[in-house]
Amino acid sequence: MRLTIKYFGMLAETTSVSEEQLEIESSSVAKLIVKLKDKYPELNNLDFKIAVDQRLVSNEDHIHAEAEVALLPPFAGG
Amino acid sequence: MEKKKPKNVFREGAISSEFIGTSIAKHQTKTSIGAHNIFLGQVRADSIDDKTITAIEYTAYEDMANQKFHEIRETTFEKFDLTCMHIYHSLGKVNAGEICLFVFVSSPRRKVVFEALEYVVEAIKADVPVFGKEIFEDQTHQWKQNT
Repeated sequence: MRLTIKYFGMLAETTSVSEEQLEIESSSVAKLIVKLKDKYPELNNLDFKIAVDQRLVSNEDHIHAEAEVALLPPFAGG
Repeated sequence: MEKKKPKNVFREGAISSEFIGTSIAKHQTKTSIGAHNIFLGQVRADSIDDKTITAIEYTAYEDMANQKFHEIRETTFEKFDLTCMHIYHSLGKVNAGEICLFVFVSSPRRKVVFEALEYVVEAIKADVPVFGKEIFEDQTHQWKQNT
């Protein structure tokens, strides 16, 4: 299934990508993270959270087709 | 559950003292209010390894951030007896000494606004996907992280 992946802050800087489409076969957050770390090994050293359709999710959660996935580095508002 | 579309909290660049002054003045017609409380976040010129921060460049996952601001707003109104609340956060470059966050809460009574303001500011720091690139005088940078 096809997902839109967005990268923010230092993650966009490190991967040199702010948004891309990815085709994945599985629908769990954990498997997506493995795939992303495989594509961008730098992510192994960085702290980030995942949001699916603008909600933070945990590794056990599932991702539906056409979801908007965001990789969020530590927050720094204020 | 049907929800209102979240307001846009973000403003491009620093939040000016004129803007803050005008916001206060606009409340003079709301005469049930007896107490305002205001938080202003200011960019600090921290020194790290002999280099000084001259500005922070803010970015955000804007749709999610505005949704989070909206949720914080709703929860705060549920918890505290407030007459009104306003939140503005900068995007883009804000120089050291300039204001990047303006939170304004109002209530008939003072005790409520002290508690409510702290609640709102801490929730913003913890829950809203805003990112800050701290720029040093030599144009190198590091990424800010709330503690």
